[in-house]
Amino acid sequence: MNPKNFNRLFFVPIQGAGLSHSAAAEIFNKDEERTDWHDETLWFVREKRDKAVKQISEWEQLRTLGSDIKDHTLSNLDIYLAEFEKNAQANGIKIHWAIDAEEHNEIILGIIREQKVQQVVKSKSMLTEECHLNDYLAQRGIDVIDTDLGERIVQFRNEPPSHIVLPAIHLKKQDVSETFHEHLGTEKGNNDPQYLTEAARQHLRDKFIKSQLAITGVNFAIASTGGFVVCTNEGNADMGAHAAKIHVASMGIEKIIPKVEHLGVFLRLLARSATGQPITTYSSHFHQPRVGQQMHIIIVDNGRTKQLGRPDFRSSLKCIRCAACFNTCPVYRRSGGHSYHTAVAGPIGSILNPNLDMKANADLPFASTLCGSCSNVCPVKIDIHVQLYKWRQVLVAEGFTTGGKKVAMKGMAFVLSHPSIYRISGKIGRWIMRVFPFIFNNKSFNPWYKQREMPEAPEQSFRDWYKKNKK
Amino acid sequence: MNSREKILGAISINKPSLIELPVIDIKSTSSLSVDWVDEFIKTLESIGGKVVQLSSIDLIKLEIQEAKLRGEYIVNTLPVLGEVNNEINPTMEASLLESIDRAYIEGSIGVAENGSVWLYENQIKNRLLPFICQHLVICLNINKIVPNMHEAYQQVDVAKEGYGVFLAGPSKTADIEQSLVIGAHGARSLLVYLIS
Repeated sequence: MNPKNFNRLFFVPIQGAGLSHSAAAEIFNKDEERTDWHDETLWFVREKRDKAVKQISEWEQLRTLGSDIKDHTLSNLDIYLAEFEKNAQANGIKIHWAIDAEEHNEIILGIIREQKVQQVVKSKSMLTEECHLNDYLAQRGIDVIDTDLGERIVQFRNEPPSHIVLPAIHLKKQDVSETFHEHLGTEKGNNDPQYLTEAARQHLRDKFIKSQLAITGVNFAIASTGGFVVCTNEGNADMGAHAAKIHVASMGIEKIIPKVEHLGVFLRLLARSATGQPITTYSSHFHQPRVGQQMHIIIVDNGRTKQLGRPDFRSSLKCIRCAACFNTCPVYRRSGGHSYHTAVAGPIGSILNPNLDMKANADLPFASTLCGSCSNVCPVKIDIHVQLYKWRQVLVAEGFTTGGKKVAMKGMAFVLSHPSIYRISGKIGRWIMRVFPFIFNNKSFNPWYKQREMPEAPEQSFRDWYKKNKK
Repeated sequence: MNSREKILGAISINKPSLIELPVIDIKSTSSLSVDWVDEFIKTLESIGGKVVQLSSIDLIKLEIQEAKLRGEYIVNTLPVLGEVNNEINPTMEASLLESIDRAYIEGSIGVAENGSVWLYENQIKNRLLPFICQHLVICLNINKIVPNMHEAYQQVDVAKEGYGVFLAGPSKTADIEQSLVIGAHGARSLLVYLIS
C-alpha cells in the first residue's frame, strides 16, 4: 500500500457543523447516472478550454506573463491599492474598505438604508457569496435578486452555487423546469433550455428596470487608472449597473492589476481557461459613474492579508476565478461543488478556505488525488496541488485532524523508517489478505473498498522477487 | 486605526520582497500573412455574431427606413446613416429604452483573435443601449481591425470616458445543462457591418 492510499484509509478530518467533503460526496455518488453526467459535462468544458488554448501559439508565454504580473502585484499590493484608491476617487467613485465579511455587508446595508433603496439586483460575485451577503440582507428585510441565470436558478431553490462560473451545473434541465414552473409559472414539463431562458429573461428584465441599486463583482481593478473591468456573457452586470441609480462593486484586495496593458494578458487568459470562449461576450470597463449615478467600490480583506503572509500559500491570491481547476479535477467532477461546503469549491477553494477557517475546512485539502491537473491548467500557474499537499502538513501539525490520523501517521512513519519491520508488516499484510480476505473486502473496516475491488495479494514482495531473479 | 490602515498595514508586513514587473513582449500572433479581417469574421461568427462586408452604406440606410416603416423602434446613433435619435441621452431611463427593437452604433476597433468590438461611451449614447435593445447592429471601418488584445489596448484609451466595453457577439448563456442559448439578458443578435 502506498502512502497516498494510507491517507485515504486513515485520514478522517475533524469536521465542523455540516458534512465533510467525503461524507457529502458519498451522498452525491449514490445517483450514479447523474454523477457520470456531471463528470462528463465538466470534462466537456475542460475539452473546450483545450481547443481554445491550442489556437494561441503563445499560450504558455501568456501564462508565464499572467503569473509574473500577479507575483509582482502581490509584492507591491499596498502601493497599488493606494494608487487605485486615489485614481478612483478622482474619477468620482466612492471607496470603502472592509476588514472582513461583516464590515463588507454592513457597508452595503448602510448604503441601502441611507438611500432608502427597496430593489436590489446583483450579478455574479463570489466575494458576496463568501460574505453571505444575501442572507445578511434577507435577515434585515432586504431581498437581493441574483441576475445571472444560473444564480437565479439556485437562488429560487435556496441552494448556493455549486461552481464559480457555472452556478447550476449540478442541475438537469428537468430540475430547472420544475423550479421555474413553481416560481415563474412556466409550462409544466417544458424542459427546453431556450424556453426556460426566455422566461428568465422576461422575469429579470422587469427586475432590472425597477432596481435602484446594483451590486456587481470586479474581475480586474486597474491601479493606474482607477477603473475596473467586469466580464459576463449574459449582460446582466451591465443591465443592472447601467439601469440602477447606485452601483456597488465588491472586490477582494487581490483583484488589482498595475496597468491597462495588463488587461490584454488577463482577458486573453480568462475566458479561454473558463469556458473555451475567446473572450466573454461583455468585458465592461467602468471608470466613472454615469451622469446622476453613484458608484461605490468596497475593497475587502476577509483573510486575504493573512494568506499573503503565508509564503507557502500566498500565490493562491493570484487566482482569477476561471474555474479551469474545477473542470479538470477528477474529485470535483465526481463529487459536485456542494460537497465542498464553501463559496469557492474545487481545488482552488480547497487552498483558500483553510485560511479562512482551518477547523471547518480541514477536510478540503484531502479532497484531492494530488494528480496535479489543476496546476497544469491554471492560467496564472498557481501550484495548486503542491499547496493542497502542504495544507495537509499544516492541518496535522496544528491538530485539525483526528487523533486516529496522527497515530496512524506516526505508525506509518515508524514502519517506513525501519526496513526490517516494513518487510515483516508486508508479509503479514499479504498473508491476512489471502487467508482472511473479508477483513479488507469489507466496507465497514476498509473505506478504500467502498468503490473498488481490492487487488489479489501477491505471493511475494517485489523485493523478494528481485532478489530471486536478479543476475 | 480604521480598516483601510489595518489592511494596508497588514499587506506591508506580509507581502514578499519586491518582485520585478515583467515586460509584455508578445509578438503579433503566429504568422504575419494572416488576413485579420478574415480572422475577425471567422471568430465572430463562431461565437454567434453575424458579419456583412459592405462597400456602401446605402444599404444600411434603406434597411433602417424599411424597419421604421414597419413600425419598429429603431435607434440610429450615426449621422452618416441619416436622422439620429436625439432622444437617446445618458440619463434616459431603462423603462423608456426597453422598447427599442434595434440599435445602430459605431464601433471603434475590432479584435481579430476574439471577434470583439470596442465601444466608447460617446458611441453608445446611453450605457444601457447596446444591452437593452433587442437587436444590435455595429458599423465598423474595415481598416480598424487589430490582431489581438495587446494591440487593441494600445489603440483604445479605456480611461478616456466613464465607460467602454469590448462586446463580442450576442448575449448568451449555457447555464441550463450547458446548452447554448442566445439572448440571455442583452441583445438577442449582433450584426457587424464591416465598411470599406
